[in-house]
Amino acid sequence: MPISSNLIAEFKNLLGPENVLTEETDRLSYAYDAAVLKQVTPGLVVMPDNEERLGRTVKLAYDNSLPITVRGSGTNLSGAVIPDSSDTVVILTNKLNKILEINLEDLYAVVEPGVLTAKFANAVAAKGLFYPPDPGSQAVSTLAGNVALNAGGLRGLKYGVTKDYLMGVEFFDHNGELVKTGSRTVKCVTGYNLGGMMVSSEGTLGIFSKLIFKLVPPPKASQAMMAVYDTVEGASETVAAIIAAHILPCTLEFLDQKCIRVVEANSKIGLPTEAAAILLIEVDGSHQAGVDEDAAKVKELCAKCGSKNIQVARDAEEKNKIWEARRNALPSLARAKPTTVLEDATVPRSKIPAMVSELNRIASKYKLEMGTFGHAGDGNLHPTILTDRRNEEEFKRVEDAVDEIFDVALSLQGTLSGEHGIGIAKAKWMVKETNKATIEFSKRLRTALDPKYLFNAGKKII
Amino acid sequence: MSELPKSPVTLGELAKLLMSLDDLLITCMRCGFCQSVCPVYGATFREADVTRGKIALLDDLAHELTLDAKNVDDRLNRCLLCGSCETNCPSGVKIMDIFLKARAIVTGYRGLGAIKKLVFRFVLPRPRLFNFMIGISGVFQTPFLRRASEKVGTSRAPILTPFLGNRHIPSLPSQTFSSSHGKIDELGPNGRVALFPGCVPDKIFNKMSEACLKILRHHQVGVFMPPDLVCCGIPALASGDIKGFDQLVVQNLASLIKGKFNYLVTPCATCASNIKENWYRFIDHFNPGERAQIQDLHTKTMDITAFLVRVLKVDFKPASGGTQTVTYHDSCHLKKGLGIGAEPRMILKSLLGYNYREMPDADRCCGNGGSFNLYHYGLSKDIGQVKRDNIVSVSPKVVATGCPACVLQLMDLLSQNRDEIEVRHVVELYADSL
Repeated sequence: MPISSNLIAEFKNLLGPENVLTEETDRLSYAYDAAVLKQVTPGLVVMPDNEERLGRTVKLAYDNSLPITVRGSGTNLSGAVIPDSSDTVVILTNKLNKILEINLEDLYAVVEPGVLTAKFANAVAAKGLFYPPDPGSQAVSTLAGNVALNAGGLRGLKYGVTKDYLMGVEFFDHNGELVKTGSRTVKCVTGYNLGGMMVSSEGTLGIFSKLIFKLVPPPKASQAMMAVYDTVEGASETVAAIIAAHILPCTLEFLDQKCIRVVEANSKIGLPTEAAAILLIEVDGSHQAGVDEDAAKVKELCAKCGSKNIQVARDAEEKNKIWEARRNALPSLARAKPTTVLEDATVPRSKIPAMVSELNRIASKYKLEMGTFGHAGDGNLHPTILTDRRNEEEFKRVEDAVDEIFDVALSLQGTLSGEHGIGIAKAKWMVKETNKATIEFSKRLRTALDPKYLFNAGKKII
Repeated sequence: MSELPKSPVTLGELAKLLMSLDDLLITCMRCGFCQSVCPVYGATFREADVTRGKIALLDDLAHELTLDAKNVDDRLNRCLLCGSCETNCPSGVKIMDIFLKARAIVTGYRGLGAIKKLVFRFVLPRPRLFNFMIGISGVFQTPFLRRASEKVGTSRAPILTPFLGNRHIPSLPSQTFSSSHGKIDELGPNGRVALFPGCVPDKIFNKMSEACLKILRHHQVGVFMPPDLVCCGIPALASGDIKGFDQLVVQNLASLIKGKFNYLVTPCATCASNIKENWYRFIDHFNPGERAQIQDLHTKTMDITAFLVRVLKVDFKPASGGTQTVTYHDSCHLKKGLGIGAEPRMILKSLLGYNYREMPDADRCCGNGGSFNLYHYGLSKDIGQVKRDNIVSVSPKVVATGCPACVLQLMDLLSQNRDEIEVRHVVELYADSL
């Protein structure tokens, strides 16, 4: 049912006509996100430009029983902001993009939901502090989107993910009332930990209006290296050995042979194309001597686990070169074929060799091209299938392969998604990872907070 | 010229023609990274204004998910063609290819407006008429113009507000570069170049073309400039007028074939990238002889600063002790289009009396975008204001750039903000130093 012209007039009255998009051409632009899924065109798109109008927008939409999908930059990979139906109102947070405070004494920052991750991290760095979460889409992703999907990144092993930096949240409930939780203090036990509940809620429980993040002092020294392996097991044993030696690298990344070859073919940076895998490792800390000591120990462990070729960066330029391989992984894979299906099933890190061998088995079973890279330190791999979504027969095999990847990850006591979210793409799998009671409990929670089931209804828990 | 594709008449035909771009469109993985660099999106936050949104709309129109060709066309044209997205695209989508071809297809369906038709197909192909019109305007402009900024060199034309808005514009010279020189046919010991001034450096900023000539003579380079060069065709191409574009290319090729030269140089970043890249992009529109010429120009065409540094290998030694601050704005067509950024800076840093200071985000688009400025002036100004703030932040006496369209935009921006900053082409500053 189309949204009535009276209601549209009310939105225009509230937000100004320039912030209400009604034309089909404009609505079509919000029918997709970065996931390879079917488009759904929303009925209306609105851009509130301050907190108060955001609250009134939520109330107006909810009172009129419009399904609501909140959208930041639309860069998630699970369909989390694809509208549920043609009556959906999409609420954009892009105009709520102010950094309200960066507090240097108490090490926190307060931001509006639409602030871009990289912009925030840069502003924090300019003041001499550090906001570690660095999801792949950080140049464009919004912080509220990061919280809603609990975005991770390369630094997860040592520094944690978005949830580890969230100190407080303000959000609008379905009545457009402002709910406040958490605080600007390190310790806070007031009320329920609603912030914890809102993390990775994927727009199903409330609408963020303000976020408080913890900041940390930046590391003062770092050392990067690349280790080359003849076997995936060697790489994986290295990861286990490094952790067992009580060293936490800030990044510990893995590229398999297919990835190495695609990156090398695309960017000619001198990668070892005969290697079964490479690890890209960076250790950091507050003293150069300590970092050097850790780096030496890591190098020794790499060699002990079978790496015959270890390159340690001698300067910033060499460090940059080492990371170029990782930066080029996804772009190179994406250029190889028209469609890139990027997964993030995650396993306990000791299960990485088993997971990689299963991934290779699945790729050959379904006759697909697959490259795998990812965050070896936290078991979060990104098997990436290269395909062409126009080829229906092949794309069916892709979908079957993805289903099997989930099965394998769960059988290895892993999880469906380490950082990309459940969204539409994986909602049907939730019960397999958890159980029926968990789904029912989650639904009761949802119904209590969203009695009309309008907040991103088709996502997360169905 | 070979046969042009027929213009689509029905929506079905339009969709079918757009499907010819399907292999290009599908390479967009919808990651949205273009949001971080698109100047238009940065001003509006609208998805239809960013490349991902435009590609999705073209895909929808090609697959007949929308039938609203008019609005898709409208969104497609809200683009500066600055190429920032293509430079930063992780999937390597051939965005300029998509946009230029799509504009041509959609314009074929919707038709070209009467004024555009008159300009692209009647005025631009007739250099003498065009020069005459500029000459007449030059004579009659005086009563209409009110000085806006002495320093920037701009005027306002209150009586022409319906046509020019409240733009602050430079005044026209009494004679264009081409009409004052006619044909140039000189030999020199250091090779020979074809000088392609481009419309703006010929007709508005003739001093830029004079500077080029002075520089080339100084370095004893032979210069060839046929008297009947016409517009390089970019305005027609950007408006989707392939017929007008092809006609202008053919005329230029016919003029250029009359002389021998090792390189074609121009002070216009847009002409350089258009001749080098776009003529070549549409090479299959032309006959075999023309194709050979276009292929040749694809390798021979150069921005003049790149020519000085890369070909003549002029030794631009950094100067020191200068007191007047000069900063540099990267034109998109030079930096993102042709990868030229180091050369103009080398020249500026070598100038005695000047002190070079880099502005923040020097390669962020100024918002001009050629005809984008004509049709979306408000948006163009909003985008430009960011550039203006970045310029002012380094307190320069002069801001230099390599593109006459950027010069127009920067003059308007600085003049409107009452900033006392001169805007010069790099070649003007270098020529002054000789």
